Amino acid sequence: MTMRRGSAPGSTRWTRKDLLGLRELSADEINFVLETANAFKEVGIRQIKKVPALRGKTLMNFFVEPSTRTRTSFELAAFRLSADVINISATTSSLTKGETLKDTARNLEALHADILVLRHGSAGAPQFLASRLKASVINAGDGAHEHPTQALLDLYTIRERRGKIAGLNVAIIGDILFSRVARSNIFGLLKLGARVTLVGPSTLVPREFEKLGVEVSYKIDEVLPKADVINLLRIQHERQRREYFPGLGEYVRLFGLTKERAKLLKPDCLIMHPGPINRGVEIDSDVADGLQSVILDQVTNGLAVRMAVLYLCGGIAT
Amino acid sequence: MRKARVIGILGSATIIRNGRVIDPANKRDEIADLFIADGRITEKSEVRSQKSEIEEIDAKGLIVAPGLIDMHVHLREPGFSHKETIESGARAAAAGGFTTVVCMPNTSPVADNPSTIAWIRDRAAAVACVNVLPTGAISKNLAGEELAPIGSLAQTGVAAITDDGHCVQNHEVMRRAVEYACMVDLPVLDHCQDYNLVANGVVHEGYWSTLLGLPGWPAAGEEAMVMRNILLAELCDHHIHCQHISTAGSVRLIREARTRGVKISGEVCPHHIALTDAAIQNFDTNFKMNPPVRPLADVNALLEGIADGTLSILCSDHAPHANFEKEVEFDAAPFGIIGLETELGLFIDLLAHKHGKIGIARLIEMYTAEPARLLKIDAGTLSIGARADVTLIDPELDWTVRVDQFQSASRNSPFDGWKLKGRAVRTIVGGKTVWKL
Repeated sequence: MTMRRGSAPGSTRWTRKDLLGLRELSADEINFVLETANAFKEVGIRQIKKVPALRGKTLMNFFVEPSTRTRTSFELAAFRLSADVINISATTSSLTKGETLKDTARNLEALHADILVLRHGSAGAPQFLASRLKASVINAGDGAHEHPTQALLDLYTIRERRGKIAGLNVAIIGDILFSRVARSNIFGLLKLGARVTLVGPSTLVPREFEKLGVEVSYKIDEVLPKADVINLLRIQHERQRREYFPGLGEYVRLFGLTKERAKLLKPDCLIMHPGPINRGVEIDSDVADGLQSVILDQVTNGLAVRMAVLYLCGGIAT
Repeated sequence: MRKARVIGILGSATIIRNGRVIDPANKRDEIADLFIADGRITEKSEVRSQKSEIEEIDAKGLIVAPGLIDMHVHLREPGFSHKETIESGARAAAAGGFTTVVCMPNTSPVADNPSTIAWIRDRAAAVACVNVLPTGAISKNLAGEELAPIGSLAQTGVAAITDDGHCVQNHEVMRRAVEYACMVDLPVLDHCQDYNLVANGVVHEGYWSTLLGLPGWPAAGEEAMVMRNILLAELCDHHIHCQHISTAGSVRLIREARTRGVKISGEVCPHHIALTDAAIQNFDTNFKMNPPVRPLADVNALLEGIADGTLSILCSDHAPHANFEKEVEFDAAPFGIIGLETELGLFIDLLAHKHGKIGIARLIEMYTAEPARLLKIDAGTLSIGARADVTLIDPELDWTVRVDQFQSASRNSPFDGWKLKGRAVRTIVGGKTVWKL
């Protein structure tokens, strides 16, 4: 590879030790991550799927909230960069013994961790640690706040398939209020010039979101024909304490991407989903497996994007 | 006579010279000397007549005010002395210009019984340099289910009843509490929060909660209970005081009810007019309080409510927490900030200087005569014969907030480094200087 690291003399394109969210990134920084990911994507199809970029570095996957997909993706990305990886989950950490997040993280740093990948149920937890640790902090999802690498891989996938992002109509459909994926996507898409429409039950898509610069619609059948990309979010009905909508049956009737509704889409409209999908709820099973679906591309691209993020931030941390 | 006898024993007197004496309870505002003897405000002749040493304080350019009353503080004892003690909290009060503080009952054990009240009173008498008036709980263990022994609490000498920090959700229980408190002539203070509407909200529900993905605390969650209290104050014909009002809707409801003569009132904390909800964007837990800081429209409504008298009392909701408790994830952190040592400076700076909403005399009234009248306590005036609780204020003094110099045992203030104009420079309790700059 002949890629220049962002921190190299003369380059100002990447100067951050942490990736906390997309709201704080400029369009130029986002594009730089995507370009860097592009270079890394090739590594995944080599015979030897490994580069020495982070050899000798230690990465801690610190997942206070359960996750399989994102943790595995970060872990594999770190392996491919030759970093040493340790996984710590909420149940195996001392958080269950009453240790504070700050103390747990400082202990990890005392073990000379260079990069801390944090998944946490509280919005702002990565900011909290980033300001207190010398190590790089990568946000792998904090509460309903941000999930920047998910949005970056979504952006990467859109750009890969459509060649651009500016000017596209992107609809994000489902539970927006509690979704960190939605927020990071909104910030990233708007910075890169897309038009964003949020669709879902009014209880989960409050009008307040319009102040972020997006459109809000409660009529999915009017939104689908205009969309160049639709991003379906997982409905987490089982985890919601309060009554936000009457039930899954009614959700499917009003907002599910059924076979019938999928016919409203333009032929080249991309169908995305951050996973794990509820077949038959937010998306019909056949539609999820159809030609317009790029759901598995997202997973593959996630690896390249996370390699890029670890490489860029890990290079700054030292 | 009592005066002569005690002067004989103490043998001391004080003359505060040439200050601007502002005593709203007596509608007094003039340049004058103030005389203290025997721990009481007295006539010039009585000081002259005694031969012992007379302390003279030059108050030229200063305001000589009745000792200020903060009717909403948490002193954390018994039970949470790692956050604050009655002794340290009282020192913080003195350093802020307060001679009387009214402390909330959410201690451990909860102040829902006469023996805990007696313990607080005894402890305060032993260690506190200012007057400490405890409040009792409305409901047993602040659970909102069964009434605390309100009559016994009244006999033990509580200043009021409140479940502050909690809110009685059952309107029937609250109705009976207000009726019962009326019988024993105790004011009812209420922290207005509808638990169903607020749920797990940690910041104002609006633009910033939407942007940051933090659980929202809607304005309606306060206003629903303010409305409830207005209805119960009418039904029971007894006073209900709404604590730490934070929303435009609450101001509107209280204004309308007071116009009709309903026995309802509201108080304001400085953080609700000094800050907006934009302050939470870096997830700093020193901006996490309950009720939360609100948008500018609410701040402006509070300022109007202060200007037209709808909101009649100023206070701090001084809520100490240890650093290790606050230095956690935003939604895991406890609500509340300390305020005793910044509130007067913030209110003078914001209300009198920056916004010009009220004059300094009204500001002092909101800290003295108004709470004294509400709580029916013997304080907040410079009448002849009154206990000599006096605060000297320099309304023009420029100073910088330094939390590391606070008397409070805690440091959880969002105002560290703020430059303010106006503060207390000397605090006198019972004729004795307990703090000076």
